[in-house]
Amino acid sequence: MAKEFKTLVYRNEEIAKDIFDLKLSVPEDFNSVAGQFVMIGVNDSSKLLKRPISICECKDGILRLVFRIAGEGTKKLSLLKAGDEVTVLGPVGNGYPFKEGEDRKVLLLGGGIGIPPILGAEKALKNSAKVTSILGYRDEMVFLNADFERESFLTSDSCGVSVEEYASLSALERKNVQIKGNAVSVAKALELANLLDFSEYDIICACGPMPMLRAVKQLAAEKGIKAYISLEERMACGIGACLGCVCKTVKKDAHTNVNNARVCKEGPVFLAEDVEI
Amino acid sequence: MNTSVKLCDVVLKNPVMTASGTFGSGLEFAEYMDLNCLGAIVTKGVASVPWQGNNTPRIAETASGMLNAVGLQNPGVDLFVNRDLKELTKYDTNVIVNVCGHTTEEYLEVIERLNSEDIIKMFEINISCPNVKEGGVAFGTNPVLVEKITSDIKKLSKKPVIMKLTPNVTDITEIARAAEAGGADCVSLINTLTGMKIDIERRKCLLANKTGGLSGPAIKPVAVRMVYQVRKAVNIPIIGMGGITTSEDAIEFMMAGANAVAVGTANFITPKATVDIINGIEEFMQKHNIKDINEIVGCVE
Repeated sequence: MAKEFKTLVYRNEEIAKDIFDLKLSVPEDFNSVAGQFVMIGVNDSSKLLKRPISICECKDGILRLVFRIAGEGTKKLSLLKAGDEVTVLGPVGNGYPFKEGEDRKVLLLGGGIGIPPILGAEKALKNSAKVTSILGYRDEMVFLNADFERESFLTSDSCGVSVEEYASLSALERKNVQIKGNAVSVAKALELANLLDFSEYDIICACGPMPMLRAVKQLAAEKGIKAYISLEERMACGIGACLGCVCKTVKKDAHTNVNNARVCKEGPVFLAEDVEI
Repeated sequence: MNTSVKLCDVVLKNPVMTASGTFGSGLEFAEYMDLNCLGAIVTKGVASVPWQGNNTPRIAETASGMLNAVGLQNPGVDLFVNRDLKELTKYDTNVIVNVCGHTTEEYLEVIERLNSEDIIKMFEINISCPNVKEGGVAFGTNPVLVEKITSDIKKLSKKPVIMKLTPNVTDITEIARAAEAGGADCVSLINTLTGMKIDIERRKCLLANKTGGLSGPAIKPVAVRMVYQVRKAVNIPIIGMGGITTSEDAIEFMMAGANAVAVGTANFITPKATVDIINGIEEFMQKHNIKDINEIVGCVE
């Protein structure tokens, strides 16, 4: 059960340009699954609405949110200091379709500020036999990659080596080397280079910008794998009341009775084939 | 101490209700607060058939306010009755159903369907939504049409009728008088003010609908002024709304002439906004030794 509570900032640091790693104390009964999000107040009475931020991870009573400054609200959040009080509502929404510790074979695709919930997914899959992450960055400015513990590949739209070049490197040399391309194009290239085999995975879980999610949806259809994608939308309430944050759905949604589902309530994670993006 | 108010023979345990469209069917908030403490729940507008609503983005934040262009997305009256209304019977509060339509016939269809639902205490007629092309504000800005649709609805309705007024007119008292002349039992005001926000980097409107309805504390002084004007213009009860965020705001509306108040955007700031406002009103009454909340209604000359 979600709730609204006031809490204190434990730490807030910039881990890459304009990307902040915000840690908050949360109550003991705060139980989230990977892919859920919280609504967080920005401590500015002229900015009424809480900001939806995806949960990166939560353990030992510390909630970790990693966000990019995207506007005035997130700019305010970036200024939070240890000891500051914030209001949080959550966890809310539906996350990825597995529970902490479940054994699922998952290919994780994260793009940009979509990477934080993908890290949470990887951590939740600690008992899984097969987990691979492909992390897409704009440029050489990588973040959170060191926190990934399982097999992972880094990509970049603007720099990096070819997959062939990457394949020729030793495991040690590959560390922190980016492959040129985006998470989806690199996934396909890795398969051609025999570094990735889509048939080894039960599902794909993705979070990132809309063009990436469209490519993931197409990739999933081509490979015949179910893909779960996390959508982003401007929200007001975050609890399913205002109908501000809908996405178009292929079938009629059970709650809204039209081809629209609430991103905050039925989502943010949807089965890719169910949504029109 | 009496906090109860009466609107057309319907007794509200306190003057605080929810503003349509900001509270879903009410059930979305049940996880966060006690619905039983509300004077009334005003549900999201419902039409004769499901409405898809507008494209996204539907929401844009502005200084001390927000724009919305949801476009009255709703599941249609059948699902609303069979699911939402049924669930609402579990709560001890008044249910007021907001009704929307593109044409007079569509409004009447909903009224006819809902007339027999005992749980519904009143209808609120949305003739003021700025985000749909037909119906909505197209009715609400023309006094002749307001009087006509009000009397058409009154002829059919077995429950008291609240006409919800738009502020997007030259003289809101003219519209309020038209509603009263048409037989309205009550008026609620204000709906949102039409606004726009432009993304200067992309040189595009932020909302897919281009324009949206401005709500929140930014519009409160406009709303208070309009309640004050309408109080002087009509004799039927007034439900005041527009940016109410605190109990002080609610009291301000009542002093301007509102018999009850509705809380809208504040529900998005915190889901228990209504509870805080109800408690704050009681504290204010205690502090100022007010025995009956109705004493302050319209007390400002």
